[in-house]
Amino acid sequence: MSANAVEFDRVTLARGGRIVLSDVSAAIRPGEFIGVFGPNGAGKTTLLHAILGLLRPTAGEVRVFGAKPARGNRDAGYLPQQRASVAGLRLRGWDFVASAVRGERWGIALPGRDGALEVDRAMAMVEAAALADRPLCELSGGEVQRLFLAQALLGRPKLLLLDEPLVSLDPHFQQTIVALVKRIQHNEGMTVLFTAHELNPLLDSMDRVLYLGQGHAALGAVDEVITTEVLSALYGTPIDVLRVKDRIVVVSGQGLIEAEAHRHDA
Amino acid sequence: MLEYEFMRNAFVAGSAVAIVGGAVGFFLVLRNLIFASHALSHVGFAGAAGAILLGISALWGLLAFTLAAGIAMGLLGERLRGRDVAVGIVLSLALGLGVLFLYLNTAGPTQATAILFGNVLGVSLEAAWALVGLSVVSLVALGFVSRPLLFATLAPELAEAKGAPLRLVSVLFLAIVAIAVAEAAQVVGVLLVFVLMVAPAATSLRLTARIGPGLALAVFLALADTWIGIALAYVTDWPTTFWIVVVSCLFYFVSAIKRTTRSTGG
Repeated sequence: MSANAVEFDRVTLARGGRIVLSDVSAAIRPGEFIGVFGPNGAGKTTLLHAILGLLRPTAGEVRVFGAKPARGNRDAGYLPQQRASVAGLRLRGWDFVASAVRGERWGIALPGRDGALEVDRAMAMVEAAALADRPLCELSGGEVQRLFLAQALLGRPKLLLLDEPLVSLDPHFQQTIVALVKRIQHNEGMTVLFTAHELNPLLDSMDRVLYLGQGHAALGAVDEVITTEVLSALYGTPIDVLRVKDRIVVVSGQGLIEAEAHRHDA
Repeated sequence: MLEYEFMRNAFVAGSAVAIVGGAVGFFLVLRNLIFASHALSHVGFAGAAGAILLGISALWGLLAFTLAAGIAMGLLGERLRGRDVAVGIVLSLALGLGVLFLYLNTAGPTQATAILFGNVLGVSLEAAWALVGLSVVSLVALGFVSRPLLFATLAPELAEAKGAPLRLVSVLFLAIVAIAVAEAAQVVGVLLVFVLMVAPAATSLRLTARIGPGLALAVFLALADTWIGIALAYVTDWPTTFWIVVVSCLFYFVSAIKRTTRSTGG
């Protein structure tokens, strides 16, 4: 029996015949907030898919709370990156969230009393109760993101997998979403894997960093992983890590990799 | 007007078709699959013409062809995306075959007009009950798939992770759409299936943002279109299809104006 929330034991993951991650080992403890980073195509989404049981490793073993990953795992909440283009629909927020209540089962599309309470609870958790009656087409990107987060929280998962929830949000909304996830994680004692392009919005919130690159992974504290040595090895080119006040700037020979910084001075 | 058997048959058949058209159309519009009803009705034309050539009821020919095409579309799924030319060629072939069947039949223009534009006043008692039976079957099936259908429509990536059978749901739904199209073609003809399947649902989604009331309103509008259309045809002696189209479009325009004034008014 493993005490870890997620465990990768010498895992190799391939997609479309191409090896994305090879021989990766990592252990994530319950209640940790892990920021997952890496260049495009480094395997962030692939990693989450393996945890969800959507993709089987070609070698090694993935364990989620000590069990083999399987589709429909009730312990795992998921906010996917490829989000359906529902933004133009004239459908109110509550009904959108409710469509995910036990939606994998056959039957009439009614959430039932328990389901309705669960929808209310999830929407309150993401502070989206005010969006319940508003149509999706009238909501901002950040507001729609909250509804997707509410769907991920249905059924009280112990593990929250968030795939690029900050994409296409402006800095202010990015901070709001990160703070919201941190609060929920803290209150519910959840384990969070949060993939993102930029380090800085997550610096205050995450416990450890999982950095992917060139098929490899490095897991550790920010100061251990975001270093010139580790990142140069992961990118396969010389990388400089600069610290400017509380922000981190990652620079390669070609230019800035991690330049966006939106931290407000405390 | 109900003292005439053909009028009673028309109301029974029209109601059975309208309920299914409104309900199925609601999910069709949410799923953004409007083109599917067009494609299926074109394929159905060949089926109807072929059935008449063989001396059986056009309904069964329609049904056989739309069901086969609907299931094929569901199985091909994503592979159809971006294949507009290939789909168009297949549809052209179906229409061409229909023309040949009509020519071989030498039935004259009456049969062709009935297939293309419907003839609900010509529905026999037997055919009316066949339509009622098909409606019951498709409504029960729609109820059975509605929950995963809604989930797969609004949050497909999450639905996949939660273990919803996406492919099966898609095939079953398109089979239900195929039945609805075959039925609607009996009332308004293969060329105007849109009017009973898409217009009421689109009108409804302009008036409410809730799923339950939206579905009910779509069914109610389809029924209203059909009843008013048949009644006006009786009074004026003009084609029923013409009146159904007029009423249905009128509802849509009114809902569009209502929304526009509401959104500009603040």
